[in-house]
Amino acid sequence: MTTSQARKIGLPLMNLVRLKGAPILQQLHLEEQLLRTSSDNWCIINDGTNSPTIVMGISGKPAELIELELVLQNRVPVIRRFTGGGTVIVDRGTLFVTFICNKDAIPGLQPYPSPIMSWSRLLYKEVFRGIGDFDLRENDYVFDNRKFGGNAQSITKNRWIHHTSFLWDYDVKNMAYLKLPTRAPEYRSARGHEEFICRMKDYLPRSAFIENTIKAVGTYFSSRSIQSEAIDTSPDTAFPHSTKLLTKQELEAVFSSR
Amino acid sequence: MPTIHPTHPFRTDQANIERLTSLLLYLGQPKRGSTEKDNMALRLWASSTANALGVSCASKAHLFPSFSLSRCFSTVLDGLKYATSHEWVKHEGSVATIGITDHAQDHLGEVVFVELPEPGVSVSKGGSFGAVESVKATSDVNSPISGEVIEVNSKLSESPGLINSSPYEEGWMVKLKPSSPSDLESLMGPKDYTKFCEEEDAAH
Repeated sequence: MTTSQARKIGLPLMNLVRLKGAPILQQLHLEEQLLRTSSDNWCIINDGTNSPTIVMGISGKPAELIELELVLQNRVPVIRRFTGGGTVIVDRGTLFVTFICNKDAIPGLQPYPSPIMSWSRLLYKEVFRGIGDFDLRENDYVFDNRKFGGNAQSITKNRWIHHTSFLWDYDVKNMAYLKLPTRAPEYRSARGHEEFICRMKDYLPRSAFIENTIKAVGTYFSSRSIQSEAIDTSPDTAFPHSTKLLTKQELEAVFSSR
Repeated sequence: MPTIHPTHPFRTDQANIERLTSLLLYLGQPKRGSTEKDNMALRLWASSTANALGVSCASKAHLFPSFSLSRCFSTVLDGLKYATSHEWVKHEGSVATIGITDHAQDHLGEVVFVELPEPGVSVSKGGSFGAVESVKATSDVNSPISGEVIEVNSKLSESPGLINSSPYEEGWMVKLKPSSPSDLESLMGPKDYTKFCEEEDAAH
């Protein structure tokens, strides 16, 4: 047995699910179900999502966060997800990485927002070693002072989820759907979208990011690949998702009541 | 020779004021393992001493423009029962009031949104009855006992930060009609909960 094999024996198991272009609503439903009903650790990587979608945090108010008239005019889907945090617009240029873990999966890690965020920083430091000036600023992943990854979490009694949307690339015109948030990190310093964010594609190839991430996961877990089709999402395991696609009627009602 | 103000015989020069203020600020902070009664007594002493010395404990921002004395220790109150998931219960007759502890709010950060159940809903011991959102994270709040929700704290929708500023009083979350009085017996008292928090923090 090699040293690395022996070391892996002591590591907790991580189920690795790789998706490509999966709709973000489907991804979020899967994540919420795995958080609430599974007792395994999961890492989900979704390489892009099929169509531009706005995703708000659990307490997001459309009137405050999105340009409703434009969104309704162009029929952009709007989702309210089950985790906290801010609003993003995601599309084929967005890469998603999600960790769903039991609270004792990582030795010494307290299941609270800040420790989990700090652990994620360590993992991504490995991913981006030698590539740009990566760091965690407040709750965002940045190169230098510019954000390329946004995070959100949900913490239950015995498990937690930490998921990230990475800006591989973005369409400037999509930023027009989002208002400047009233609650913004201090380091943003009132910068507009284009001065505040950057594109990950300017730093490393897409495949390199995914492979580096899988390798970094191997530092903490013994990974095995699971096909998404193998995950039981039958009606018997049906779970009342709190992640919801807002209807046109709901958005129109908000727009009318301004 | 320090400068003495004629109407405040103990007011001394700037360096002494700074040293005294640091000491009083430290003494005025809650201490790990002490009860709220002890901490209140210390705060009152610190405050009255400060007044006698002509020093304000409340704020000396101009002396310490970038200084903040961080709270290292969380408050634990007498008379409450505690769950390992960091919720507290105050049982008064047929009503049990529930919230999250000072330890929990401190670890979660600034609360920006609170999700509460509707009155009439039944909750189970250990089951989630709501959630708090703190900037990036939403965290389940679990009920230490079983019962029926009879009232929720409606102030939290406009002022979720009450959970941070007053976790045991104004930041209460729900009131239940307990369905199983024996549920309380398995919860921790203040001393055991204090020890639990210390051990949890030390293990990480």
